[in-house]
Amino acid sequence: MALQDKDRIFTNLYGQRDFRLAAAKARGDWDGTKEILARGRDTIVQQMKDSGLRGRGGAGFGAGLKWSFMPKKSDGRPHYLVVNADEGEPGTCKDRDMMRHDPHKLVEGCLIASFAIGANACYIYIRGEFAREAENLQTAIDEAYDAGLIGKNACGSGWDCDLYLHRGSGAYICGEETALLESLEGKKGQPRLKPPFPAGAGLYGCPTTVNNVETIAVAPTILRRGAAWFAAIGRPNNTGTKVFCISGHVNKPCNVEEEMGIPVKELIERHAGGVRGGWDNLLAIIPGGSSVPVVPKSVCDTLLMDFDSCKAVRSGLGTAAVIVMDKSTDIVRAIARLSKFYMHESCGQCTPCREGTGWIWRVMERMVRGEAEPREIDMLLEVANQVDGHTICALGDAAAWPIQGLIRHFRPEMERRIAAYRGQRAAAE
Amino acid sequence: MPKLTIDGKLIEVEAGLTVLQACERAGVEIPRFCYHERLSIAGNCRMCLVEQERAPKPIASCAMPVMDNMVIKTDTEMVRKARRGVMEFLLINHPLDCPICDQGGECDLQDQAMAYGFGRSRYDENKRAVADKYMGPLIKTIMTRCIHCTRCIRFATEVAGVEEMGALGRGEHMVVTTYLEKALASEMSANVIDLCPVGALTSKPYAFEARPWELRKTESVDVMDAVGSAIRVDTRGREVMRVLPRLNEDVNEEWISDKTRYACDGLTRQRLDVPYLRKDGALRPMSWNDALKAAADRLKAAPGDRIAALAGDLSDAESMFALKELMTALGSPHVECRQDGAFLPADSRAGYLFNTTIVGIERADVCLLVGANPRWEAAIVNTRLRKRHLMGGFTVAAIGPALDLTFPVQMLGDGPKALAQIAAGTHPFSQKLKDAKAPMIVLGQGALARPDGAAVYAAARKLGELCQREGWNGFNVLHTAAARVGGLDLGLVPTGKLKDVNAILDAAASGALDVVYLLGADEIDMDRLGKVFVIYQGHHGDRGAHRADLILPGAAYTEKNGIYVNTEGRAQLAKLASAPPGEAREDWKILRALSEAAGKTLPYDTLADLRGALVKAHPGFARIGDVTPSSLGSYSGPAGSAMDAPFAHPIANFYMTDPISRASLTMSHCTEVFLNARAAKTGTHG
Repeated sequence: MALQDKDRIFTNLYGQRDFRLAAAKARGDWDGTKEILARGRDTIVQQMKDSGLRGRGGAGFGAGLKWSFMPKKSDGRPHYLVVNADEGEPGTCKDRDMMRHDPHKLVEGCLIASFAIGANACYIYIRGEFAREAENLQTAIDEAYDAGLIGKNACGSGWDCDLYLHRGSGAYICGEETALLESLEGKKGQPRLKPPFPAGAGLYGCPTTVNNVETIAVAPTILRRGAAWFAAIGRPNNTGTKVFCISGHVNKPCNVEEEMGIPVKELIERHAGGVRGGWDNLLAIIPGGSSVPVVPKSVCDTLLMDFDSCKAVRSGLGTAAVIVMDKSTDIVRAIARLSKFYMHESCGQCTPCREGTGWIWRVMERMVRGEAEPREIDMLLEVANQVDGHTICALGDAAAWPIQGLIRHFRPEMERRIAAYRGQRAAAE
Repeated sequence: MPKLTIDGKLIEVEAGLTVLQACERAGVEIPRFCYHERLSIAGNCRMCLVEQERAPKPIASCAMPVMDNMVIKTDTEMVRKARRGVMEFLLINHPLDCPICDQGGECDLQDQAMAYGFGRSRYDENKRAVADKYMGPLIKTIMTRCIHCTRCIRFATEVAGVEEMGALGRGEHMVVTTYLEKALASEMSANVIDLCPVGALTSKPYAFEARPWELRKTESVDVMDAVGSAIRVDTRGREVMRVLPRLNEDVNEEWISDKTRYACDGLTRQRLDVPYLRKDGALRPMSWNDALKAAADRLKAAPGDRIAALAGDLSDAESMFALKELMTALGSPHVECRQDGAFLPADSRAGYLFNTTIVGIERADVCLLVGANPRWEAAIVNTRLRKRHLMGGFTVAAIGPALDLTFPVQMLGDGPKALAQIAAGTHPFSQKLKDAKAPMIVLGQGALARPDGAAVYAAARKLGELCQREGWNGFNVLHTAAARVGGLDLGLVPTGKLKDVNAILDAAASGALDVVYLLGADEIDMDRLGKVFVIYQGHHGDRGAHRADLILPGAAYTEKNGIYVNTEGRAQLAKLASAPPGEAREDWKILRALSEAAGKTLPYDTLADLRGALVKAHPGFARIGDVTPSSLGSYSGPAGSAMDAPFAHPIANFYMTDPISRASLTMSHCTEVFLNARAAKTGTHG
């Protein structure tokens, strides 16, 4: 059962209408924000927990739970809300459209989330390349200030909330929450060691919550329409709606808001015009942005798009960026390209990722040509496993997973290539 | 206190420790590269991964705080695999140039690769090469060897306080560098060489000189300043190849200054290795017997009060004691160890010591520097002040010329006037000192070695009385000479009518003296000695030897066993690491031989006898390594009136302060790079 229009949160995802305040208000934004805040901090956090909203940045950590980690009373240090708008995951372009076409959802969400965690200041760290998005978002922030919706006594609630937009410089690693904090503080964007977690010591050493744009942007609607409404959509533990980004070998690539747990086949056929050449021409998909393992068609036939289902097939929902690859795809080359990306974006701080990503890419480049020994497939897997789980942040894992997925599902293809290459060499000699 | 289980062993440790530290307490060694107990935690090498029960991934033990009921396993398949994996990653881009690497034999990577490395590499790709960086005359870089542990960056930023190092680039293109490829402008810079766990940063002057296993290691103390840093002197044959720091938590922790480390090449240059006598204006070599006879003849011919002796900055206590005894036997009351003319009464020990102690700095909350530049006069003390500053809640103020100590300093004035105001309580800062829980005042030689030194000293003593608390003595004199406190302890201050070095020099110039005996005293104005007969006993052909009429070649600090008392009053042993060159002899032996030739034989034939006599006369010297707290009484000495002239720091060039560092090629390179390069350049400088 597909998501009905009445249950959509992002009603201007395609920019068919104006993004500015008046139009946003007409769509229902900023409606009763004061009353929502009047429910009090604990109620808001509890309602977010009840809604079952899981973080939309990729890891799927409960949003309400995360908010509840913030100290109830300040020990003298200010609290901060930081919104991660450094959307850089290959295949992912959801936050971008939200900020471009529906920025007031985010601005309102920032106010509510700031209030819920006791923060008087909120920073939005937006990816440097998002020039128009930053302009629109800044416009929305300025409008909200002018209308008294944020700033001193925001919405007449008695709560002060200042909102700052910070533009990054286009490093993928700055999308990692602690690297983002470092970068926001003006330092080199390198992930921090955890513990301490940001809720204890985050931005400038103060309690901080870092949330994805989508997580924050859906919060006002959830609180307006009720946790029960949101929780009724989707499947247990994977509730609500989600913006999916469908790209690759489909007839109509798009962003679309859908129910969590929708079968991937239905998602692609209903919204993206189907796989190029029909469903049977499908080779594999990467269900959640470049970081998660690839799954072959046989799995896709029955795969549901939510956190737990994707995990059950040893992949992940990630950012819900569905990368579709049909049978014309050189799957080894595709994954090799991802390896190059991770090598390029590794911050270089810790050993396994700094050294491992380059090694993986170099071996993968040879695998593309088949210029390798069959035993090197196992070695490659071992190297990927040596990176996975041994690094400071999740970039190491993200670099290893595509390789693990490739070898898990496409090992015969890799072996075939090696054999073909050897055959060619033998024939030439 | 949290209890945790490490490899099945239940232990209880203080809260706040990391798992790695707890493992060490439990006797389990954890391999590491980036972790260093005196630097902030980076957690980037991933070598210290251990398994924590119920954790999905291995944890970095260096960064994980201990928690109650933790179960840590360090010897499981998961841990072994993780360590092997990290080691493999570290080695894939590390060159296999151990045979030509100066770190070979004392390399953490080499050692740990023996334990965790694979026998052969499975990395078939090309290795990375990194361009070497310029880091000055002391640090040689081979950056291809770098494993990016960032210890050097953290040292420079945190301990040395110069934010000149960092990592540029990302991923496998990350390079550790001085941002602008300039020499690392710190007196402590070369410590990064010891910190570097591989051969990326090695010692430039020592490059390709020796292998660690060829060297004989002698534990000693440094004499380049009055701190008395613990050092290890590495020798091959007679030559001192290098000086390394030794751990002494009370003094230098594990750092040493660049001068301490690198002045040692001066030990082979400009050495006096035979006795000389000036004949017809020129110095001519001669035998010991003739030299001693010539000296004895001069000394015997002169009446006692027409003889004076000056002990230099590098003299050991034994030779100063022997000098004093010899002079007393000859009837001379003019024995002086304060060759810079500093006003320092020898009667109250607390009146000339760094009473707070160096480790005590960490307990201070307010510090007033009077005419002192600790960064140059005692780089280790400055490092400790910086450490205290980083702990927070520490105010440092100064009277004297402007200072860059790597931490903020509040300037209160430039001369005795400001000091007098604070002492009189008319300055806002005096209230701050009164309110402080552990205030300290540091009196530098720049404030004392001036005509109004007595007035400055009296005012400082008054302030020092304000800095007394229960169990806390905040009055400190920061010495610059390794021999000074020992000399004052031994009473090497004139008791006759010539009160100080200036009076002695004036007397020499006016012909009131016949013989001046210089025991390694090189820091006086030799022109003021007039026509007096100068006997110079020392080890370098420096200022004193140039003026001398008779030279008796002595031993440098690495060539004799001697006691040095540091600025805190801590007696420490310097050990003989190699024999003096040529016919040079240990200094106490020369004085003993001279006493015999002069018919006033000193009553000791061995160093042990001499030390016995020394300790009998001055029991404090028996307490090697300790500081005996002494209390600061009230002061009733001479005061006199203060001048208006601002204080000046005594050291103009950190790298050249004594005969050894002045003879050092490395120190002259440093002078060129760090001091002369800063001076304005003209168009002809290219």
